[in-house]
Amino acid sequence: MLNKVNREIPDEILKDKNYKPFETTEIGNPETTYVAHNVKVSQGNDKLVDSIKDVIAKVGLKDGMTISFHHHFREGDFVFNMVMQEIIDEGFKDLTLAPSSLTNVMNDMVIKAIKAGTVTHITSSGMRGSLGDFISHGGLKDPVVLRSHGNRARSIENGDIKIDVAFLGVPNSDAVGNANAIKGDAVFGSMGYSLMDAKYADKVVLLTDTIMPYPNTPASVKQTQVDYVVKVSKVGDPEKIGSGATRFTKDPKELKIAKTVNQVITHSPYFKDGFSFQTGSGGAALAVSRYLRESMIDKNIKASFALGGITKPTVDLLEEGLVNKILDVQDFDKGAAASMANNENQQEIDSSWYADPYNKGAAVNQLDVCILSALEIDTKFNVNVMTGSDGVLRGAIGGHQDAANAKLTIISAPLVRGRIATVVPDVTTVVTPGDSIDVLVTEVGIAINPRRKDLIEALKDVPGVPVYTIEELQKRAEAIVGKPEKLQFTDRPVALIEYRDGSLIDTVYQVKD
Amino acid sequence: MERLRRTMMFVPGNNPAMIKDAGIYGADSIMFDLEDSVSLAEKDAARMLVFEALKNVDYGNSELVVRINGLDTDMGKADIYAMVKAGVEVIRLPKTETPDDVVETEKVIAEAEKFFGIENGRTHMMAAIESAEGVLNAPAIAKASDRLIGIALGAEDYVTNMKTHRYPDGAELSFARNMILHGARAAGIAAFDTVYSDVDNTEGFNHEVEIIHELGFDGKSVINPRQIPLVNAIYAPSEKEIRNAKAVLNAIEEAHKKGSGVISLHGKMVDKPVVARAERTMALAKASHLVDKEGNIYVE
Repeated sequence: MLNKVNREIPDEILKDKNYKPFETTEIGNPETTYVAHNVKVSQGNDKLVDSIKDVIAKVGLKDGMTISFHHHFREGDFVFNMVMQEIIDEGFKDLTLAPSSLTNVMNDMVIKAIKAGTVTHITSSGMRGSLGDFISHGGLKDPVVLRSHGNRARSIENGDIKIDVAFLGVPNSDAVGNANAIKGDAVFGSMGYSLMDAKYADKVVLLTDTIMPYPNTPASVKQTQVDYVVKVSKVGDPEKIGSGATRFTKDPKELKIAKTVNQVITHSPYFKDGFSFQTGSGGAALAVSRYLRESMIDKNIKASFALGGITKPTVDLLEEGLVNKILDVQDFDKGAAASMANNENQQEIDSSWYADPYNKGAAVNQLDVCILSALEIDTKFNVNVMTGSDGVLRGAIGGHQDAANAKLTIISAPLVRGRIATVVPDVTTVVTPGDSIDVLVTEVGIAINPRRKDLIEALKDVPGVPVYTIEELQKRAEAIVGKPEKLQFTDRPVALIEYRDGSLIDTVYQVKD
Repeated sequence: MERLRRTMMFVPGNNPAMIKDAGIYGADSIMFDLEDSVSLAEKDAARMLVFEALKNVDYGNSELVVRINGLDTDMGKADIYAMVKAGVEVIRLPKTETPDDVVETEKVIAEAEKFFGIENGRTHMMAAIESAEGVLNAPAIAKASDRLIGIALGAEDYVTNMKTHRYPDGAELSFARNMILHGARAAGIAAFDTVYSDVDNTEGFNHEVEIIHELGFDGKSVINPRQIPLVNAIYAPSEKEIRNAKAVLNAIEEAHKKGSGVISLHGKMVDKPVVARAERTMALAKASHLVDKEGNIYVE
């Protein structure tokens, strides 16, 4: 059947996997029941384990179970590969892999685990590189389930993801499992995504290279949640966990887009004292922080909070007093991670607090302005951040669907990238529905969702910011790069894109070679 | 009124990405280069690329200029024919030494217009002056053809010819700038200053733009889009200048309504140069987004 964003959802998937088709971005006030997890009582004296092999035996890992990891170490992660290698070596089969996301450094090991039959199901925020390629070419029988960070929190709470064993790498822990990510060699700041695993998994294993004296505070993960602590030689490569010193882009096109994004924000009704924002990472996003800073000083406006994945430029705004608080689910660079340790106004939040649609109110619901990127955006304002122009998985939902809940959601994207149009008649894959997108900013001008008559009025005369319809922008892109040939897919689904409420918004099919 | 030419952005004719995006930065003029920035092996490809871009890409209100290879090369004639056919607004001659260079090029342009059935004289020209001889001939070069919209200083070759190099204070260019400016003004055409190649040196760039703004140049050649807002900021009129210009133009309108020939404002006579300056101030104010379409000053 066709869902509300006009995507054909195979009936057998709706039936077999008990899915509802995507209907609406409105969450409403449904009632839900959270699942409870199993607890094996411990006095805490025998948690420290010498090896991964031993801990796998102690937690009672069995074929068919669900295991989880976090991706806070990003491309500097050593933990995932160490643990997965051991699990493959011991011959486990038919596991479900449920990490918060998968980074490139994990790709080869995941492919190995699939080929060995160790992993037969995957749910993640996204995948890129060789793994995305492998899955898109039919490497895994069961379609991968792709969920936003908020949706993963929801799924863990209501049992859609039932984690049997969580393997969580941490830069430090004491012998009974009090841990944080702000001390040690491999600091990554906020433990945001992994806090859900610590709270809801039946068995929680911490892996660390630094054992601290008891009690290790501040404790992000607490001893009450942890079954075992494994001492390993090294949990990660600090150089690859977060980017180093942030350099502002000098790319004139990125700067032009960033400046226009800032003009849209400052001319919107939301730019007033006490407003809140989420900028994300990437060159243009960092440049927006710089322009926004100037505008805030100029107009004597301060933000109540900044949300989401945090970067050094946002931390600088906090230190300068232009932002009162940071709600921090993840840190993108060393500066942001270091500040987590030193600034009490930078609050670590878990992914439920951040973005969960099915709790008693998440931070994204308080958000005024949000800037997001796009691989593609179509004339219905639907956004794709998952599949490339070749139809292959090469992205992550991250908090995209969740943060789009902001009162002003801006997509910042160039009209074309190389010879590929970004603004298209129909996106390859719908990840975030157009209903939640308000303004598209490109280097040639902006397009406003016709739904937002108030913004059309507010932004109609911004100096140097031409307003087009999104159809006009799509035509302009097409005039530059022409009409591409239609992508060829088989009829076999390789990935299911859930909306944040757990409904099915799109299906990704195996690419035809 | 003649158009604003505060910035002329150089775009290498062999760089598709830069050609595609050249229109988004608000340059008053865009100059696609087929000459020095394109290697010999890529001359044909660049000519085709610029031809297609001129035909297909929307550059908004920017004036479109192409710098061709000289007629003393194998490429010069082919460049002219292709650009005339593409409908370019201005063909820029490199290394112009004498009025004859302009006349020779004009002949080929006229031939090309005739060949393609294009109205005679539609293709405009500008001349880059890049040597001692060119500088000394600047007044004559500026008057060599009705097609000329302006002349420009190309300082890199010029300073080499003069056995010097660029200095921060610009003394080495003082004579050339004044010659070119006087030549242009005497002929009633535009004067463009040379490029500033240290794109990360904002201070040095601003200093140079202030010098040429004071002298009276129409604008500056830029090699990076980031230099455009810097030039525009220096060329932007002050609020006081805008108010004054508005008062002048209002006085003119009043006088016209009354049918009065002699116009005065605050006891001073408003004559033709004052009006021309007021019109230019308002045009600059509009281009700098300091006033709205009706000329009202934006109140932030």
